[in-house]
Amino acid sequence: MNPRRKARLWGIAAIIGGVSLATGLVLYALSQNIDLFYTPSELINGKGKALEKPQLGQTLRLGGMVVPGSVKRDPQSLVVTFQVVDLGPLATVTYDGILPDLFREGQGIVARGKLVAPDRLEASEVLAKHDEEYMPPDLAKALEENHAPGSKGRPQYNSDQESAP
Amino acid sequence: MWRWLHPLAEPRTSYRLARRLILWLGLPALALLLVGTLWGMLWAPADCKQGDGFRIIYLHVPSAFLSMGLYAAMALMGAVALIWQHRFSGYALAALGPVGAAMTALALLTGAIWGKPMWGAWWVWDARLTSELILLFLYIGVLALYHGYPDRSQAGRAASILALVGVVNLPIIHYSVVWWNTLHQGATIAKLGNPAIAADMLWPLLINLLGFSLLCGALVSALFANEMLRREAHRPWVKQVIREEVGGE
Repeated sequence: MNPRRKARLWGIAAIIGGVSLATGLVLYALSQNIDLFYTPSELINGKGKALEKPQLGQTLRLGGMVVPGSVKRDPQSLVVTFQVVDLGPLATVTYDGILPDLFREGQGIVARGKLVAPDRLEASEVLAKHDEEYMPPDLAKALEENHAPGSKGRPQYNSDQESAP
Repeated sequence: MWRWLHPLAEPRTSYRLARRLILWLGLPALALLLVGTLWGMLWAPADCKQGDGFRIIYLHVPSAFLSMGLYAAMALMGAVALIWQHRFSGYALAALGPVGAAMTALALLTGAIWGKPMWGAWWVWDARLTSELILLFLYIGVLALYHGYPDRSQAGRAASILALVGVVNLPIIHYSVVWWNTLHQGATIAKLGNPAIAADMLWPLLINLLGFSLLCGALVSALFANEMLRREAHRPWVKQVIREEVGGE
């Protein structure tokens, strides 16, 4: 390769390297702000190395799995209360509105709203999060029948709940 | 390799090749897209949770994949244009840009249409969606720079540099669902070993992926041939080609 081309190649490598480094540092500095939501453990135990907790009254998003059996609907209105969990403590969400079709027990959701107690969110919006797995209904049913609840594979919250007294 | 590449530096050869590729890639692309889309829309089973709504995956995933693939190709052409300074690489950059931008727009649009019924929102400012939107702006920026300068070598250089700088965004898009909490789900096909999608749902997706790729190849070839004619209209080979194709003077 002739020297001028080589110099340009190094120049380009330097540009890309510099920009990657700069972007990497910016994203690292912003890493917590890029998260779309708090998980229940981050909400309650604090987030990041500094264990920062959100303040009461703050508007935020909370994301986690709907705890099976925790969904309570008010018979008079659209108000629904449920608990979400990731791997730690539970947080409670109240929501007055229509839930998305994918909302169900064991499903991941993201709720946006006001923090009214350290572990309680008054949601103004509830979004359902779907996973990256796709399977036809008969296969899902077969899996559900073959796997005992809690065994390896897809979490079987619904069957879990049905077998509970 | 150089002996094989050298005839392509001759404008008429590469022009003819590009023109031929339009049909060579375009016809298989249409066949594959017909098979993949019909299979996906009509015969593939519905998803156990999302029902028939998940079928938009057959448009969303290929367009999103190509929005990033074409950007990588465009940046590579930018690097070639800067280092070896061959004018064809600039034309290739200009040909890849609009197709990639269209794929990005399609990915964003199908994503929004998918998001509304499933998530409950057309748009969320999560890391995956936002970085894909930035990709669209990068495409638009590269194209604006390329077409914005009266001096074409300056235009090519400016567009190439922006295209190269934007490469940083590609790993961010890909890993956004891993690095941060997002509403968007993780990767399905790239999840090796543990297949996250049933085989009879996966096949039409792979067919459409190939079909979209070939279609983009055909479109890029067409734009490349056009760009060659437009940029080199004053050169004798263009007159010769026109004489051969149209006949007469």
